[in-house]
Order: sequence, then structure tokens, then C-alpha cells
Amino acid sequence: MASSAAVAEQPAAAVLHRGGGSLARGVALGYLSVVVLLPLAALIWAARVGGPGAFWDQVTRPEAVAALKLSLGVASLCALVNAVTGTAMAWVLVRDRFRGKSFVDAVLDLPFALPTIVAGLTLLALYGPNSPFGVDIAFTRTALLAACLFVTLPFVVRAVQPVLLELDVEMEEAAASLGAGPVAVFRRIIFPNLLPAVLSGVALSFARAVGEFGAVVLISGNLPFKTEVSSVYIFGQLQSGNQSGAAAVSVLLLLISLGVLLAIGALRHWRTRHDHV
Amino acid sequence: MSRYVLRFGVLGYLLVLLVLPVGLIFYKAFEHGFGHAWDAVTTPQALHALKLTLLIAAIAVPANTVFGIVMALALVRTRLPGRGLVNALVDLPLALSPVVVGLALFLLYGRGGWLGGLADHGVHILFALPGMVLATMFITLPFVVREVVPVLREIGTEQEQAAETLGASPFQVFRRITVPAIRWAVLYGVVLTTARAIGEFGAVAVVSGRIVGKTETLPLYIQGQYESFDTSGAYASSVVLALIAIGTVVALRAVHPREEKEDA
Repeated sequence: MASSAAVAEQPAAAVLHRGGGSLARGVALGYLSVVVLLPLAALIWAARVGGPGAFWDQVTRPEAVAALKLSLGVASLCALVNAVTGTAMAWVLVRDRFRGKSFVDAVLDLPFALPTIVAGLTLLALYGPNSPFGVDIAFTRTALLAACLFVTLPFVVRAVQPVLLELDVEMEEAAASLGAGPVAVFRRIIFPNLLPAVLSGVALSFARAVGEFGAVVLISGNLPFKTEVSSVYIFGQLQSGNQSGAAAVSVLLLLISLGVLLAIGALRHWRTRHDHV
Repeated sequence: MSRYVLRFGVLGYLLVLLVLPVGLIFYKAFEHGFGHAWDAVTTPQALHALKLTLLIAAIAVPANTVFGIVMALALVRTRLPGRGLVNALVDLPLALSPVVVGLALFLLYGRGGWLGGLADHGVHILFALPGMVLATMFITLPFVVREVVPVLREIGTEQEQAAETLGASPFQVFRRITVPAIRWAVLYGVVLTTARAIGEFGAVAVVSGRIVGKTETLPLYIQGQYESFDTSGAYASSVVLALIAIGTVVALRAVHPREEKEDA
């Protein structure tokens, strides 16, 4: 698929070159620069004012380190849980048959469409101080995890689902007829085929969870050193007038996001290369 | 047997994490009757917040739709210098904390920022509508591009070239060939963009200054109500946003199958 796209791009370039090719490029790059590039440049500029020493002091403040560690820890755990539950959900949606399956499939898009503040509020209503079940996890790290799981619910499912749909059942049947048990079929056939998709879903939910703000702000209680994550820390530093501190930690989060995107790009490359073999 | 374990495990997980919490919000909002909930969402402050939220979406969504189509064309149909970097920048909002986005805008347009001088000339970006629109545009930038790019790749250029050979102008080619091919993808992207624009919280919270009755969007209003212990007001407004989200999911379903039919 990648090669056919590359072939298609060459004559295509000719079409738009004579037409509005350079206009399209100019408009697109200009808009991207004003909306994305310029603010990010200003952020990096603000973080480097005062030199590397000041930057280091800001990011190594105990409260900043604790917040970053918590963000990374919760996001890792969230990504790990999603790897299992997301793959299981994709499996059930593709291979299982039951009434109301398309309804379940639609419901899975809800976390994506629901505003994050509403997501936080709904979790707080059910698992907060006034919980009808008597389950109160408000202002704990468990609440942070629940909020992250809520907002990242669709990522692994939606990455794995199309791959699972295309996966040839005949391969599994052939393996089974040659004497492979269900575990061997999963481990040798299904798992290797799904792995790139699972990993890109995992990477995306990790990135999303590291920076999550709206869903955690109400339910976490934002207690420094306990339930304060990096995004909340940045917000707090800005409110209390420490702009360079906020900017320094923000640059770290920016680097993490870029790193995750690079990893996803590499995964995509890996996946398309495997398609050709 | 294991199939049932998996099925009910998955459904139970969804129930506990998603369906019950969202369901409870509806119950809580209408606990004291429909009239009570209606009063809560029609206070002048709540109505203003709703109007502002819709206004921001009404500016940001068309801007990102036009950008999305143009960017997708530039990425697929031209030899774009630095394509890898451009791709990364387009995807970045999906992976970046909204608070960081808000802070970046704050530092650019705030006092002492590169464009901070605009405020002295009467052009107010921060704590005003333009800043909130810019924040929303940043957050919702990728959705139309990401929907349109694969469709453009798939349709290839044969039809466009044929039309051109037959004497169609570039604009005619775009309108008669390209637009009909990508319209469902664009629509799908627009629905996603709208949903995210209406719900955006973190980035807007940083740049808005949350002046009540002026720069307070509905998500900000909900947080404010909850924190000032007006929980029924917060629940009622949450239901408004939840209904919009459910509408979004239904719209996505309505758009997607058609796209597949067109392909067939």
C-alpha cells in the first residue's frame, strides 16, 4: 500500500503543480505556522530564558519531579491496562456475535466525543464522596487511573479492530488443523499480527494520559506530592505567577509527546514493511 | 465457555467505567424533576456560556475544515519539503497536553511575549474570544487532515488527470472530481472537530481568564458550578454536553457506512 501511494504521488504532484500546488502549500504551511509552530516556539523561548541552569532548577523542583513521576506512572499503567482490555474489546467486537453488538461498538466512541470535564464529573458522581455504591476513590491515585482509562478507552480498540477484521481466519484454521492448541494459535499467529496495532494504540493512550487535564482536575483533588499530575502542576505554577517553571515542565511534556509520535511513526513504517513480505 | 467469560468481562468493564457513570449523570440531573434541570441550564450565565462555546466552534471548525482539506492536498498531491516534520506537527495536538497548548498561547500573546504588544494597540487575544478560538483551533487541527489524507491516497490521480486532459481547469477538477470523492471523509472529520471544539477544557481554561459572563465556556462553567457546590447546575449542564456527545456518536455512525458504500 505504501509503495502504490508513493507511485501515485509523482504524477499527482504534476496535477497540482500546474494548478494551485504552491498556493495550497503556502496556505497550509502558513496556517500551521501561525496556529501551532509560533506558540510552541514562544513556549520553548520562554523556557530557555535564564539559561540551562534555571531550566534545570525548575524541572528538578521536588514538586515538579513528583508530578512528572506520577503522570508517567499513571500513564504507563493506563497504557498497560488498555493493551489488555482494548485488545479484548476489539476481539469481542470482531469475532464474537451477540445482540446489541453494534450498540456496544457505538458506545465505545463516547469517551472520544464526551468533554473531558464531563468525563471527570461523571466518574466523581459514581465513585466520589456521594457514591450510590459507597465506593469513594476521590482524591486518590486510583481516581487518576480511572479518569485516564475513561478518556483513552477507544484508542487500542480502534487501532486493533481493523487489523483483526482483515486477519485471515484460514491461517488460524491451518495452524489448528496442524495440531496447534488455542494458546499456540494466539501466541504464534494472532499476537504477532496484532502487535504493531496494539503498540500504536498503547502509545497514543500513553501520550494522551500523560497530559490529561480536564478529566483529572475535579477527581484528583490536586494534592501536591500525592495526586498532582504534571498538567495540573503547570496550571498551578502559571496561576501563582511562576511562568518559567510552567514553561520548563511544559517543554518536557512537549518532548515526551514528540517522542511518542516518532515511535508511532516508526511503528507505522514497521507495519507497512511487514505487509510487503 | 471462554468466549462468554471474555464477552461479559468486556461488557462489565464498559459498564463500570463508562455506561454507569454517564447514566448516573442523567439521573442526577433530572433527580429533582425536568423543570429544575431546565432552570439550571437556562440561567443567563449558563446560556451565555453555551452561546460562547457554540460561537468558538462556529469559527474554529470551518477554519480547520478548510485548512484540513488544503493540508491533505498539499501532503498527498505535492512534493512538500519537510513532509516528516509537517506530519509530526499536524499530529502533535493528539499527543500534547491541552494545558501546554494553552500555556504556549499565553506566553506568545501575554505581557512580554513576542506578540504581547498587540494588546497595547487594542487587539486583545488573551482573556478574549480570539485566544479561545486559537486554542480550540490548535487542539482540533488534526481531525479533518487525518480523515482526508487516506482517501486522497486511495482514489489516486487517474480521474483527476483524465479530467485535466479533457480540458478541465484545476478548479473544475477539484470541484467535480476531488470534492465528491472526499466529501464523506471531510464530513466525518468535521463531526470529530466539532465535538472536540465544544468540549475543549484545558487549553481554553488557560487562555480565557474565565471572566464570568464574558469568557466562560460551558465546560469552564461546569467546573465553576461544581466547585461552588452547585452540583445540580453542573450536572444539568453536563447533560447538555453529554447529549451533544451522543449526537456526535450517532452522526459518526450515520456518516461512516455511507463512505463504505461509496467505496463499493
